[in-house]
Amino acid sequence: MQITVHLFAAHREAVGTSTVPLIIPHGTTAGEIWTLLVTRHPGLRQVAPPTAVAVNDTVHPADHPLAEGDQVALLAPVSGGAHG
Amino acid sequence: MVELGRDPIRVDALLDAVRVPGAGAVVLFLGTVRDHSRGRHVGHLEYEAYEALARKEMTRIATHAIERWGVRIAIVHRLGTLAIGEISVAIAVAAPHRRDAFEAGRFAIDTLKQTVPIWKKEVWASGSEWIGQEEPSPSA
Repeated sequence: MQITVHLFAAHREAVGTSTVPLIIPHGTTAGEIWTLLVTRHPGLRQVAPPTAVAVNDTVHPADHPLAEGDQVALLAPVSGGAHG
Repeated sequence: MVELGRDPIRVDALLDAVRVPGAGAVVLFLGTVRDHSRGRHVGHLEYEAYEALARKEMTRIATHAIERWGVRIAIVHRLGTLAIGEISVAIAVAAPHRRDAFEAGRFAIDTLKQTVPIWKKEVWASGSEWIGQEEPSPSA
């Protein structure tokens, strides 16, 4: 099945685009997308992994099963309050 | 009032959105672009958001503030390229008494910084860096 992965900030720059279409096996979970994407875009090894994954604009746990057409957003670490 | 946009933030609009005759206190927080960070001179900042989720999370924060402290609240965050001194985020809170207004405002900015998917890139003379990438992070 096919999904669309949405990337932001350092993840987007490492891949060079903000959306990536991805063909995945049935039963793939939200938490497995990062590993699949790193295999295809090794530049992502240089940046911190996502701290959360949203599916269709809602954050889900890593074991959330994906469905055909899902819009999967990988949330890069946010700046937090330490420096603001 | 919850907004996310590229236009300069108009503080008057935030104040107008929360001020009512029953308010005896209005607290205004402005986050502004600082010219230095971790020993570097910052040239400008770039903000990027996952807009759909950011709006949902900002609305959740405002709703919580309203329900817990009984305040009126406006939250606006700017995206895009911001120069030194410009306002990146503004929060206005009105309440009958100042204690609730201060507490709700503090909650709103602290929570926004931690949970809203908005990313900040510092650009200086010889490079740039997305903040949040310089520290180890837990995996998804």
